[in-house]
Amino acid sequence: MAGKLQPGMELDGFTLKELAHTGGMARLWIVTHPDHEGELLMKVPMIGEGDDPAAIVSFEMEQMILPRLSGPHVPKHVANGDFAVHPYIVMERLPGKSLYPRLKELPLPWKEVTEIGVKIATALDALHRQHVVHLDLKPSNILFRESGEAVLVDFGLARHNLLPDLMEEEFRLPYGTAPYMAPEQIMRIRSDYRSDLFALGCLLYFFATGERPFGDPQRLKGLKKRLWRDPMPPRALKRDIPPALQEVILRALEVNPNRRFPTAAQMAAALKDLSQVPITPRATKMKRDPCLEVVRRRFNQEEFQPPKAKDEERQWSNAPIVAVALDLSDSSEDLKESLRVTTQRILEKSPEARVACINILKINRLALDSTLDEEGQNKHVQRLVELKSWAEALKAPEGAVTFHVLEAVSPADAILDYARQNYVDHIVMGARAASTMRSLLGSVSGEVAAHAPCTVTVVRNRAAPAGE
Amino acid sequence: MRIAFLSDIHANREAFEACLAATRDVDRIVILGDIVGYGADPGWCTDKAREIEASGGVVIRGNHDQAAVAGGADMNPTARIAIEWTRAMLSAEQKAYLATLPLSVTDEDRLYVHAEGSDPARWMYVTDVEDAGAHFSGTSARISFCGHIHLPSLYCLPQIGKVTKFVPNSDTPIPLLSQRRWLAVMGAVGQPRDGNPAAAYAVLDTVRREIRYRRAPYDVEKAQEKIRAAGLPESLASRLARGH
Repeated sequence: MAGKLQPGMELDGFTLKELAHTGGMARLWIVTHPDHEGELLMKVPMIGEGDDPAAIVSFEMEQMILPRLSGPHVPKHVANGDFAVHPYIVMERLPGKSLYPRLKELPLPWKEVTEIGVKIATALDALHRQHVVHLDLKPSNILFRESGEAVLVDFGLARHNLLPDLMEEEFRLPYGTAPYMAPEQIMRIRSDYRSDLFALGCLLYFFATGERPFGDPQRLKGLKKRLWRDPMPPRALKRDIPPALQEVILRALEVNPNRRFPTAAQMAAALKDLSQVPITPRATKMKRDPCLEVVRRRFNQEEFQPPKAKDEERQWSNAPIVAVALDLSDSSEDLKESLRVTTQRILEKSPEARVACINILKINRLALDSTLDEEGQNKHVQRLVELKSWAEALKAPEGAVTFHVLEAVSPADAILDYARQNYVDHIVMGARAASTMRSLLGSVSGEVAAHAPCTVTVVRNRAAPAGE
Repeated sequence: MRIAFLSDIHANREAFEACLAATRDVDRIVILGDIVGYGADPGWCTDKAREIEASGGVVIRGNHDQAAVAGGADMNPTARIAIEWTRAMLSAEQKAYLATLPLSVTDEDRLYVHAEGSDPARWMYVTDVEDAGAHFSGTSARISFCGHIHLPSLYCLPQIGKVTKFVPNSDTPIPLLSQRRWLAVMGAVGQPRDGNPAAAYAVLDTVRREIRYRRAPYDVEKAQEKIRAAGLPESLASRLARGH
């Protein structure tokens, strides 16, 4: 192994400029390389006599996971240094600071907390879809790009569900950061994506109230308390937090992962539009659960079973966000019924699905303020009523269906925008009947199918054979 | 260099051919034993293995290959029926070839062996971390490849700490970190037992130091028909459809 690193040294073509940060397990150097523009970050583990062996394993995990990740929500990986020579990871250097310095400003206004929550949940969704659970989500591991996206860093405790987990069997103690660790993680289960949602719930709670929901316990016994003791409801600490935000935070903090949001995408969608969050008693409670209830939970703790590997990977098919685009005026009753049957089948097969019923209110380019006049307002309400009436017969579980009337010049663009902005996995829509309109204007469903970021089902009733 | 590992072909020509078709672009093929036994094409599979060896491949002896030469007195009744049938089907030349196969081969930092490697002639299964531990303490190669159990898995021995087991659940390339030792156990080409009827094999990329566990679907019905036509036990045919 090479000697002590010093500014000005060169390592595999990387020139060390300055030491940016010294953490518990690694040092971060600012480096440059002739093949790369600007500054990069080199992470070097602190490995030596008496160092925590977890530092080595965690570094190996990060060397394994980071090169396999892509997209705006992770730092771009540049190079790995060989363990036998000099271990390091070189990655993109992100501008700006993590969320950590903002702890001084807590509590933040709830609106800002919600916006931060949307960004982090969006980043988690992107990470989870690449089969990785972060398992150490906390303010110091979250940065932001200049374009606004949250970037998750430090994959030293992360788990890639398609690769061997080097951390799993080597250590008896759970690894993570005490204030943010999910109950199942404390029980040493490392494969559940929803552990990250719990950590996000802790972060949002902390940012909105200024208090950590479970404190900062230093021992395993204190950590385990969160398995049975619920936190003070956020609204009891800060009255202006809306009930819907409390609902989202407390749902994320459920002890049993099955009662949390099923996916980061669904949590992001809820934070993005609090008005559509189904309200349960969680939203309005102002006290912690009564003593008797807590005692009962303490002595009847639920067993945590790690989700089976196949279930983890089926999470998105079990809990998709489905957008049903309904053209109420132009569709026949038969087509509306067929759309309903198709939607119902999806709900039956994917019990945790969320369905957004959307309708496009076409506006003229010139009439800018049509919603403000009474006629526009009435139209809007009328459409919502019709959407709800269509959805009535779905017999969907409460809160699973939401309704949206979008105003747009181009229906296809509006549907596509909605899908992109709202984490939609599956668009269901009807085909416009063969008509002069379609041949003149082109098919909306065709355009949506061609450009959608997800699966599209176009429902069309089979025409009777000609001549009958 | 890319090396394909095929183990437990078990005279299943259709499965063998599907794997060979899927690995046409590799630089070397390593056959980890049990070329014959159970299936209906022992002669064809033996000749093919010999051809692969002649063109730069490596072929290791399995317990069924040995029994096809020396007899399978210690086998279970079904396997014994199949091995007696196999002995009758193989030519003297084919048997002579099987008798020459080595129990293990060391190739750079890699060990190729049919069963657990500390004492290959005992044909021990690698079923858990303890078996893998015995393998690691009885051998010295950095990466070992074996088969025998018909269930794919990947064991890892870190410098500090215990042996861990991973069951591959996708064909994602898995990095074999150089500071650790690894034992890659192949699923079976010709008689998978992990619930997936497709033929199992793996490809190692020695430059990227990654292994990919892969599956090749094949014409199961055809292999079954041949087993039935040969008058071999029905269970040997039916289990192929379930991969069990």
